[in-house]
Amino acid sequence: MEKMLAEKPVNVNEEGYLLEFAQWDKDIANAIAVEEKVELRDDHWKAIEWIQSEFKKDSPLSIRGIKNSGALNIKEFYELFPGGPLKKASKIAGIPKPKSCI
Amino acid sequence: MKNLIILGAGTSGTMMANHLVSKLPKQEWNITIVDQYKTHYYQPGFLFLPFDIYKEQDVKKEGKKFIPKGVNYIQKKIEKILPKENKVQLENETIPYDLLIVATGSKIAPQETEGMNGPNWHKNIFDFYTYEGSLALRNKLRDWKGGKLVIHITEMPIKCPVAPLEFAFLADTYFRKKGMRDKVDITYVTPLSGAFTKPKATAALHYLLEEKGIKEVIDFNIDRVDYENNKIIDYADTEVEYDLLVTTPTNMGDDLIKRSEMGDQLNFIPTNKATLQSLENENIFVIGDASNIPASKAGSVAHFEAEILTENIQNYIKGKELKEEFDGHANCFIETGNGKALLIDFNYEQEPVQGSFPFAAIGPLSLLKESKLNHMGKLAFRWIYWNMLIKGIPIPFVTAKMTKKGKQITI
Ligand SMILES: Cc1cc2nc3c(=O)[nH]c(=O)nc-3n(C[C@H](O)[C@H](O)[C@H](O)COP(=O)(O)OP(=O)(O)OC[C@H]3O[C@@H](n4cnc5c(N)ncnc54)[C@H](O)[C@@H]3O)c2cc1C
Repeated sequence: MEKMLAEKPVNVNEEGYLLEFAQWDKDIANAIAVEEKVELRDDHWKAIEWIQSEFKKDSPLSIRGIKNSGALNIKEFYELFPGGPLKKASKIAGIPKPKSCI
Repeated sequence: MKNLIILGAGTSGTMMANHLVSKLPKQEWNITIVDQYKTHYYQPGFLFLPFDIYKEQDVKKEGKKFIPKGVNYIQKKIEKILPKENKVQLENETIPYDLLIVATGSKIAPQETEGMNGPNWHKNIFDFYTYEGSLALRNKLRDWKGGKLVIHITEMPIKCPVAPLEFAFLADTYFRKKGMRDKVDITYVTPLSGAFTKPKATAALHYLLEEKGIKEVIDFNIDRVDYENNKIIDYADTEVEYDLLVTTPTNMGDDLIKRSEMGDQLNFIPTNKATLQSLENENIFVIGDASNIPASKAGSVAHFEAEILTENIQNYIKGKELKEEFDGHANCFIETGNGKALLIDFNYEQEPVQGSFPFAAIGPLSLLKESKLNHMGKLAFRWIYWNMLIKGIPIPFVTAKMTKKGKQITI
């Protein structure tokens, strides 16, 4: 379905995840972050960029993977995106929610 | 003479040996396949072994019996691939290749999670993804008195991603038949946002968990197993207590991929998802669980890949363009307990939906709906596996590319 974010029409699924990464930009990220009650600061952007670069490499995202990569500190990651860090960060980064086949 | 080497004689490697032996000119090509073990395991059977539905002999056979005449079989450990030199280093010899197919699969890595394979591994913490784990769990369940059974997934991707959920369903039936369901508390713990994550499947199937009284703990990213106090703890400090933990540890490609410096963080090889050619080396192809393509890690997927890879190997040899054909097609039976099962059919783009299979409107198998016939299909899969699938005999009416006929697809 179509939704207006930062005054731009984008395609999202029922839960508000972007369907086309190409439609993502920083204004849209900020708009999603407001809905998720997260205020984006430098550390958030660093996390978002790292997640996007993994997504582009088709690497599956997991908390343990992030921990092992040394790219992000897990405790901080939970503090940056309280609740479900992977879900929230993925949504703001414009990439699909981690899911199984069914 | 030129050399084609297949690494791994599991589901994918055995299929490729059978396909290629009749396709490559014998005067020009030597085909060699290497595996460390004598035994070929039917891994889908590891789901049934703990519940005494299958016996040991149902899930293992001598691997060599399935390798066709005309293919050279070496039973040795593979140390390393040397992609720059086009060589493979085995235990005590090095062999050259012109073309390499990597089919070394994926396996569990419990050592990746603190406390998992410590002193209680295979005592009250089990996996059922290995023959040893599955068998040890069967022996445990035979005289377990009940308590908190926790079925857990460490992280994605895992092979056959629905197997842990099937385990939960079968456990419900198993304890009910034993007349002790009231003594067992079953909890399903997943790092995902639910046991089902695709909208259509969630809508059609969530009742299964409620009906069977299986509790769900979601978004649980395990940090460690506290084996002294019998609980698992996640990064947000959520704790889940267990008496019996059935976990699916992190799945990784074999260490040989790491030694060869060819893998990603999980030792899976970056691979073109449509042609199955490795991204780094044009004379190396990857099939089955060993690749990083975003398809399910399942035998049925490997079966569809094998058809396309067989064509692409021939194209490559003739210097023709590779076919960008693989669409991520997967086709899985899912046990739901009580002698019933579901069937799902999907690919990279299309999520599982309702309908009939393999013939539109006729079936006889129904998609995304429980039935006894689907359960018969799941059990028949073992026969098909040993007698047709790994021998490379085509399975009638089931095509490598997914069909949308007979599926209720709404856009
Ligand atoms: C519990 C469970 C249930 C499953 N259920 C289903 C199901 O219902 N349907 C379905 O389609 N799929 C199912 N699967 C998945 C299926 O079994 C796998 O996807 C399939 O076997 C993958 O084939 P493969 O050839 O890629 O890897 P494998 O069959 O695992 O083969 C890899 C081979 O490589 C060899 N090897 C690896 N490293 C080395 C080395 N260094 N030296 C020498 N040899 C090496 C191994 O010994 C092995 O024989 C299930 C799996 C499990 C564990």
